[in-house]
Amino acid sequence: MSLPADVLIELYRVMFTIRRFEETVSGLFGEGRVPGFTHSYIGMEAVATAFCWPLRETDMMSSTHRGHGHAIAKGLDVSKLTAELYGRSTGVCGGKGGSMHFADFSRGFLGGNGIVAGGLPTAVGAALGRKLDGTDDVVVAFMGEGAVNHGVFHESLNLAAVWEVPLIAVVENNQYTQYSPYEALTAGGNISERARSYGLPEVKVDGQDIAAVYEVAQRAIQRARDGDGPSLIDVETYRFHGHHEGEEQILGVDVYRSLDEIAEQREQRDPVPLARQLAVDAGVTDGTLAAIESEVDSEVEHAVTFAEASPEPELSAALADVYADA
Amino acid sequence: MPETTYREAVRDCLAAAMRQDPDVFLMGEDIAEMGGSMGVTHGLLEEFGKERVRNTPISEAAIAGAGVGAAIQGMRPVVEIMYQDFITLSMEQIVLQAAKHRYMSGGQVSVPLTVRTQGGAGWSPGAQHAEQLEAWLCHVPGLKVVYPSTPEDASGLLWSSIYDDNTVVFFEHRTLYPIKANVPEALSPIELGKARVHREGSDVTIVAIGRLVHVALQVAEQATEEGISVEVLDPRTLLPLDEDAIINSVMKTNRCVVTHEAVTRMGFGAEIAALVQEKAFDYLDAPIERVGSKFTPIPFAPVMEQYVIPHEEDVMAAVKRTVARI
Ligand SMILES: Cc1ncc(C[n+]2csc(CCOP(=O)(O)OP(=O)(O)O)c2C)c(N)n1
Ligand SMILES: [Mg+2]
Repeated sequence: MSLPADVLIELYRVMFTIRRFEETVSGLFGEGRVPGFTHSYIGMEAVATAFCWPLRETDMMSSTHRGHGHAIAKGLDVSKLTAELYGRSTGVCGGKGGSMHFADFSRGFLGGNGIVAGGLPTAVGAALGRKLDGTDDVVVAFMGEGAVNHGVFHESLNLAAVWEVPLIAVVENNQYTQYSPYEALTAGGNISERARSYGLPEVKVDGQDIAAVYEVAQRAIQRARDGDGPSLIDVETYRFHGHHEGEEQILGVDVYRSLDEIAEQREQRDPVPLARQLAVDAGVTDGTLAAIESEVDSEVEHAVTFAEASPEPELSAALADVYADA
Repeated sequence: MPETTYREAVRDCLAAAMRQDPDVFLMGEDIAEMGGSMGVTHGLLEEFGKERVRNTPISEAAIAGAGVGAAIQGMRPVVEIMYQDFITLSMEQIVLQAAKHRYMSGGQVSVPLTVRTQGGAGWSPGAQHAEQLEAWLCHVPGLKVVYPSTPEDASGLLWSSIYDDNTVVFFEHRTLYPIKANVPEALSPIELGKARVHREGSDVTIVAIGRLVHVALQVAEQATEEGISVEVLDPRTLLPLDEDAIINSVMKTNRCVVTHEAVTRMGFGAEIAALVQEKAFDYLDAPIERVGSKFTPIPFAPVMEQYVIPHEEDVMAAVKRTVARI
């Protein structure tokens, strides 16, 4: 499918924002300026971008431990997101969530998750709720391919299919489940085939090609809106950074995957320059794209300045929000 | 005696048990080539091969359950649950299967399974990677629960856990992995259910577990400067509990402070307080103090995290309040 230039421009803006944000976070983490640990979305930008682009603000999305890209694609404020990673009071969760566990319900962002597959059953329930409310809203649930071997993956997809809830389950197969090649742990090897066992269409897509993912995403989202039930989508993608930032310092390089493999992926399947080329091919000028890039650069720079200038949370805030007010 | 880290002590013990006994084998996420998330099982694959050092998918229920099954038919599996937060996903197999098969079958089988797990706060991992859940397991008849605080205890207690004919849940604290001590080269087993008095004293007994043992020892050191003589006792095995050691200590000091990193409410310390008032009420000169985390999930922001978990000052304050009562 060839996408119109104006759409490509906007998709590219989102993808480039994720890329710049994650590169920046990687640098900050390396300098010890953001605490805890964090998982980079670099290399996977097209997936979140394509699946979130067709969503409305009232549509919902659930994320993973690798959630910065999902959040940006769902329209979270980059400054508040950065402040959250710093654990500052101005963060989107006031510093209580951090990289793995932030949420923004005002944007339909149900949250990252420290638990693999943990967001999926919740997404089924959210989709059920939207349906019972009589809306045609949908819920996108992202997960890594590691999630498909968790018990709740099966429970959730079965339930979603039996109840025909408007759920789009997106498996981001970046080839590695932490440090293990996914084939070593995943019986049958082919994740998309599992869809058939729930009576769902079998869909697999190249996650580095924004146009291809976009088409698949649109179709699945429309299917859910039309009340035709959930989808399970197997997206082939790749992560360029370590499982978590700082991995190389702890484990070294060339350990569980070769530097050559990464270099080849970066050269041939980097979704950001691929998307840029699509835009150029559609007639977008380099000047237009360069202007977007510099806008994004300042947005991300501003976000860091904002976060660093933000106050630490009040200690008493740590005791709030344990319970809802009765 | 060589200086050994807590991490190496666990590893060396696993290796020694596997060398002597072909029934001992390991299962867990990325424990083979990569040595697990914490590097504890590093190098064991090379010596023992992949039949005995088994990578698993992200399937915490099946990992624990496969351990139960292998154990009831005669092996001594040691499974690793990457973070103790994720043990919540193994709970059915541990609590309803492992802990009950012997009882329900009228004593026909035993379940010599060891479940190793680790965790703890102090490095901003956020709410789903920082909990201390030992009290949950201590509430289950049929299980044993061990929580070493030093390398030599980790070594000797893990050995006894592996060779115990019951299911033992073995807690390690993430921040203790790098600490060093002299560990005897020839493995010396430590009987389960035997407390360790780290330091003798006459004014107050601190019963501490895990990371807080080290905090308690620092407090004891400081307290001497103020003329307070502190005894520090680590039960090491939480279930079964060395009641005599605790009672004898309190009968001598007449005061008791209990401390752990888990939330205070319904924590392991509550059991100690109940035990002491039951068996040594007439010896007590002051109410028993409990020092643990505040009753909240663990927040991400470092300042809030530090505010929620217990520190030296908190334990010292409890010691002083206790000693002030006459
Ligand atoms: C239930 C559970 N088990 C283990 C972990 C530890 N863990 C965090 S991410 C991860 C690997 C996830 O792999 P995948 O689902 O493929 O996602 P990716 O990291 O590749 O994006 C593991 C094992 C966890 N967070 N939750
Ligand atoms: Mg993966």
